Amino acid sequence: MSASFNTFLKLLVLALVLAFPFVGSAFYTELVAKGLILAIFAMSLDLLVGVTGLVSFGHAAYFGVAAYVLALLTPKYQAANLWLSLPVAVLVAGLVALLVGFFVLRTRGIYFIMVTLAFAQMAYYIFHDTDLGGGSDGIYVNFKPSAAIAGWTPFDLDQPKALYFFILVCALAVYGGLRRLKESSFGSILQGIRDNESRMLAMGYATYRYKLAAFAVAGALAGVAGYLYGALYGFVTPEYLSWHQSGNVLLMVILGGMGNFGGAVAGAFAFVAMQEFFAAWTKHWQLLMGAVIVGAVLFLPGGISALPARLKRKPRESADE
Amino acid sequence: MDFVSFLIQTLNAVQYGLLLFLVASGLTLIFGIMGVINLAHGSFYMIGAYLAFALVAQTGNLFTALLLGIPLAALLGALLEWALFRHLYKRNHLEQVLLTYGLILVFEELRSLALGDDVHGVAVPAIFSASIKLSDTLSYPVYRLVISAVCVLLAIGLYILIHRTRIGMMIRAGNHDRDMVEALGIDINRIYLVVFALGVTLAAFAGMIAAPVSSVFPGMGNQVLILSFVIVVIGGIGSVWGALVAALVIGFADTFGKVLVPDYAGLAVYLVMAAVLLWRPEGIFKS
Amino acid sequence: MSDALLRAEGLTRRFGGLTANQDVSLSLKRGELHALVGPNGAGKSTCINLLSGDLAPSAGRILFEGRDITGLASHQRSLAGIGRSYQRSNVFMPFSVFENVRLAAQSRRPRAWRVWAKALEDRAINERAEAAIAEVGLAAQRARIVGEMSHGERRQLEVAMVLATDARVLLFDEPLAGMGAEESMKMVELLRRLTTDRAILLVEHDMDAVFAAAQTITVMVNGQVLESGAPQQIRASAAVREAYLGDDEVVHE
Repeated sequence: MSASFNTFLKLLVLALVLAFPFVGSAFYTELVAKGLILAIFAMSLDLLVGVTGLVSFGHAAYFGVAAYVLALLTPKYQAANLWLSLPVAVLVAGLVALLVGFFVLRTRGIYFIMVTLAFAQMAYYIFHDTDLGGGSDGIYVNFKPSAAIAGWTPFDLDQPKALYFFILVCALAVYGGLRRLKESSFGSILQGIRDNESRMLAMGYATYRYKLAAFAVAGALAGVAGYLYGALYGFVTPEYLSWHQSGNVLLMVILGGMGNFGGAVAGAFAFVAMQEFFAAWTKHWQLLMGAVIVGAVLFLPGGISALPARLKRKPRESADE
Repeated sequence: MDFVSFLIQTLNAVQYGLLLFLVASGLTLIFGIMGVINLAHGSFYMIGAYLAFALVAQTGNLFTALLLGIPLAALLGALLEWALFRHLYKRNHLEQVLLTYGLILVFEELRSLALGDDVHGVAVPAIFSASIKLSDTLSYPVYRLVISAVCVLLAIGLYILIHRTRIGMMIRAGNHDRDMVEALGIDINRIYLVVFALGVTLAAFAGMIAAPVSSVFPGMGNQVLILSFVIVVIGGIGSVWGALVAALVIGFADTFGKVLVPDYAGLAVYLVMAAVLLWRPEGIFKS
Repeated sequence: MSDALLRAEGLTRRFGGLTANQDVSLSLKRGELHALVGPNGAGKSTCINLLSGDLAPSAGRILFEGRDITGLASHQRSLAGIGRSYQRSNVFMPFSVFENVRLAAQSRRPRAWRVWAKALEDRAINERAEAAIAEVGLAAQRARIVGEMSHGERRQLEVAMVLATDARVLLFDEPLAGMGAEESMKMVELLRRLTTDRAILLVEHDMDAVFAAAQTITVMVNGQVLESGAPQQIRASAAVREAYLGDDEVVHE
């Protein structure tokens, strides 16, 4: 894909999401908002999986924790303040990730996958088994966060359009920030770790610290997504932390192609579209989803985004042999 | 806790731990020998339990159900290895995770299509339906003791298979060096097929014999899968002995966690895991 | 002995029942190319791994500029000034030559935590990387992707990466392996040049290169130091002859 075509594609997508609330129905606007939130979620995981080479299978924990923070900070008959609750939710998600990262980053490979899953499951049980957040029934967020600053309210998140654009701004900020981070010194260290960790150690990098930092940042950004998700749907359940959620976000990252964040966005929207499409068709939509996943791994190594390159390369390869 | 309740909980812990061992041992062998992370392993436990339910409903007898169910499970394992897992050995962990995650969705929905989403019970076989009286008010069901005994026999059988037989030798060799085994002229693909089918059968068998005590419900495989992961992490990948010890530890942590701190029972197991990670990140029995 | 940059005293490493290194002592001096030779399985790679911190010794200690560094992890030793290369090329394949070396140079930044400033715009780091690339003679290749380069060029790149970390002690594990005669000669020439203000330990099988370039040679057999001294001394040693009996490379000289 040429650079100019890439830019064109990005601008086209941006124009589409900007115009959408004015042309699409309320239902589809909410669906696109959901896609944008999941895009944030998937991008945060891409920082671990695609950039740093850490396959975390427990990323939903940080998403869910932040959503619960919003729910718990929202009083029963009143809205929580956006400018207070959002930073707190993100901070808590990041701190939980820091704590979990402290343990899980002592392991590698298959162990890492299993241990991240296990710790996420532990977080799941905390909310599922205790009364902290309404137990297995979940908890309502009765009011959308209020954006008031000292009596002045710049926008009202009760308005679906305002909420939509707030989510869009968050998604763009996360995309821009992560792109920038990848190009930074820190980002190049993470990529070095992905590619060859022992070499990074031999060159004097204390890789554990960098991985831990990446893990905490990814957790905090997943928290942004979880917070917005809770705000959008007004409801938080332990299922937000479930391993299906962790599996789904991993699926989004891989479907779209890893390591450049744009792929994660594409994967998130592809996932939402697939979910809607299959669910409209049958109650057993997970069967079709599962079959698509199995088929994609067997027949499409490298993800959807690798498809054009594969199609292009194939004839040449066979000509060589 | 008085002595009799303590005894009962101890027996429960051992029985639960041994059951988990059946699932985890297959998982750890498949990890250790083929290098495949199989998220769908818990599904085999679920499939086993539902097979027991369906076959008991047809035949009216758990033994007949086992007799039919075990070969079916082995066949399923062999089929899956041949059709899917064989293609995963050289792929990276990420693709293995994804494909086996997809398989979970497929298995759960197929189960839902075939047998519905209801919770079912399976009757304890009549000859084991008695209870042993331990005090005036407390007694212990014989069937649970039978489960423990069967699991112990299987663990011994597994030990003999791995350490005393030719195929066990091949398994252990494959565990260490695939190229070497192939250079010796051993058909590694057949070993993989056997190991995988064995793992599936053990997990499904655990589900079948657990059905009368745990009831049969959707999602039962996931719970067992994650506990099995914890067991493999604690015991060390590829170590069947480690899996046995870790499974008993988890059985005790879970059972006594539920008795002593009911509100936080789900957490006990993970705290044990966190402690082991601090102490030996590669598992207790990984040299 | 006082001018030794790196000194190992009585290093021992056991793997289960096997003793890979037993009571190994050697010292690396500034301005000296020190070769470590011996038959396969003699424990040379273990020795390098002990010095670089990739393995922890079962006994013995390591002094760097007089300071005991036995307890330091590999990345801490690298920061102290000990650099190494690996037996198999160990570079970042998808990156360009420049990016590889830049990453090595960046490791000397006290704060590599910059998350906003673009990495490629760090002038001081870039200059250090360019200098290291020029020193090994890869300047013309700086933009190439490493995965597409020849084996010999990758080994040169590894040297550049070690240089970019400003290491004063360089540990090279078979840098000539798999190289053609001409490439080997160039590499030996490079190593000689680098020795001026550094100490180099070279594990190598190519005896012609070793005798041509090294000032000191240590011969290891079965995990122990058999003989250590100037090339003439090693050539004259009866013990070394015996250990290498049947191995043409030494005997035919």
